[in-house]
Amino acid sequence: MDALLGEPWTLSPSVALRPEPFGALAYHFGNRKLTFLKRPELVAVVRGLGAAPDVRGALEAAGIPASQHAAYASALRGLAATDMIRPRKDAA
Amino acid sequence: MNPEIAEDQANELAAEDLIEEVSIDGMCGVY
Amino acid sequence: MTIAPERPTQRPQNASLVQQFEYGLDAPICLTWELTYACNLECAHCLSSSGRRDPRELSTEQCKAVIDELQRMQVFYVNIGGGEPTIRPDFWELLEYAVNHQVGVKFSTNGVRITPEKAAFLASPACHGYVDVQVSLDGATAEVNDYVRGPGSYDTALRALANLKDAGFEDAKISVVCTRQNIGQLDEFKALADQYGATLRLTRLRPSGRGADVWDELHPLPEQQRELYDWLMKHTAEGEEVLTGDSFFHLAAFGESLPGLNLCGAGRVVCLIDPVGDVYACPFAIHDNFLAGNLLSDGGFQRVWQTSALFNELRAPQTGGACAKCEFFDSCRGGCMAAKFFTGLPLDGPDPECVQGYGEQALDQLGMAGDRAIPSASQDHSKANPTRNQPVMLTLLTDRPSGPPVSACAESPLASFDPGGSVGSRDGCCATSSTTGADGCCATSSTTGADGCCATSSTTGADGGC
Repeated sequence: MDALLGEPWTLSPSVALRPEPFGALAYHFGNRKLTFLKRPELVAVVRGLGAAPDVRGALEAAGIPASQHAAYASALRGLAATDMIRPRKDAA
Repeated sequence: MNPEIAEDQANELAAEDLIEEVSIDGMCGVY
Repeated sequence: MTIAPERPTQRPQNASLVQQFEYGLDAPICLTWELTYACNLECAHCLSSSGRRDPRELSTEQCKAVIDELQRMQVFYVNIGGGEPTIRPDFWELLEYAVNHQVGVKFSTNGVRITPEKAAFLASPACHGYVDVQVSLDGATAEVNDYVRGPGSYDTALRALANLKDAGFEDAKISVVCTRQNIGQLDEFKALADQYGATLRLTRLRPSGRGADVWDELHPLPEQQRELYDWLMKHTAEGEEVLTGDSFFHLAAFGESLPGLNLCGAGRVVCLIDPVGDVYACPFAIHDNFLAGNLLSDGGFQRVWQTSALFNELRAPQTGGACAKCEFFDSCRGGCMAAKFFTGLPLDGPDPECVQGYGEQALDQLGMAGDRAIPSASQDHSKANPTRNQPVMLTLLTDRPSGPPVSACAESPLASFDPGGSVGSRDGCCATSSTTGADGCCATSSTTGADGCCATSSTTGADGGC
């Protein structure tokens, strides 16, 4: 199980999230990476990351079934790799 | 739909179904 | 502007990303914004037929209103071009305004105004890292470059790149239009980019603007397309940083597609805003047939982008026409609309440079039937009289439209003087100035022209500019 699930994360400040009919476009002004979020549910998860105690909390708040948590964690890893999201350094 | 089939399909969800990276220079029509 | 009739959203569920983009977006992802038609150069292949400023050019306040709208629409970045955008006196002000309003900027320049001071500004925190600089270069040597871009233009470009590097500006772009003359220099271009700490960008020549006049001589030969494709496949693999602006998606029919969306973005994910506020589907399609509307008279850019009939036509599923039966249609998508249009080919048929040769065939058939008609440009802002910056290529063309060409060796400073043009004339430089600055601008003009040079200056500049 991905350790990410128990960590607090958040959207990076240089990222613009632009809703589309089919999900959202995320653009990082710093590294100019452009990522397409293909499901509205993922968009909800990403938007909710900052307010949730940890990633699992954000997934649950967005109604993602537990069977999909691994896939979402993997997608979030992909976003982390381009600094679209980053770890939050707050007290749990 | 049979909930077991739904769950099976859900279990096949992959990261590529959720995100796709595109180059900001990868759009034709910007010189 | 014709407004499209209401139609229900017909997006397919679970469509691929590319399929979704073909249906268009509520806002462009990025777009090209030509700030001015004025230019100090007269490149033979200029896609926008630039040279003379258009008197209807958007004002500073109008430009800021456009930026405000782009911010609201969350357009991620805008490629500011022209003409030569840095010739506008308010260019630096507009650049800062965009940067401060969350609109990223890449600007395309021939380098004429990228002094050490400007380079330092671009590298400074004031630009937040939101600014990308793209220097145009069409030859790895002065001989090849200046043939199409004019004498001294190679030096100007390299000087700009050196200034940027010295100021600590990271990752400028060198943007090359691939031609018959320069495809043999790809390794040298890469070496130049490495030398200046820049990223190389190779793009496709389209027969647009003045490009239509030089297409026959400049466009790559079929075997050169293959050479280019092989080189790009090698240099765009993971980690290798050669860009293409997705301009070679027609080459996907050779085999694997190159990185990028591999589809025509016109009216779907990109478009052009021209210096007078006209909105076209694509910067390579400046023609009434591809004019979606005008942001001043049609209620602003968002309204044009979302409701124009032209754009909604482009966002409907395309059938592919004669190309749909070809086994490679899925990869090449029938090629470039602008390339077809400006060579007189029908839009529902092959690209003139179709790698299977169907485009050449189609051109031959049209030629033999006497049916080939090349549309003339709807807009031509080329200089009325050639200046000392005229590239040799234009001088050599047999059918010069306006008077005898000026030899590049002409010694008289009045060689290009046309008594019919008046002081403050409409061409790109004040043609009656008896001295010219090193950058092609009028160093000692004491009158103001309505053109792009010396436009607001009533005094002489010490730097050879305005």
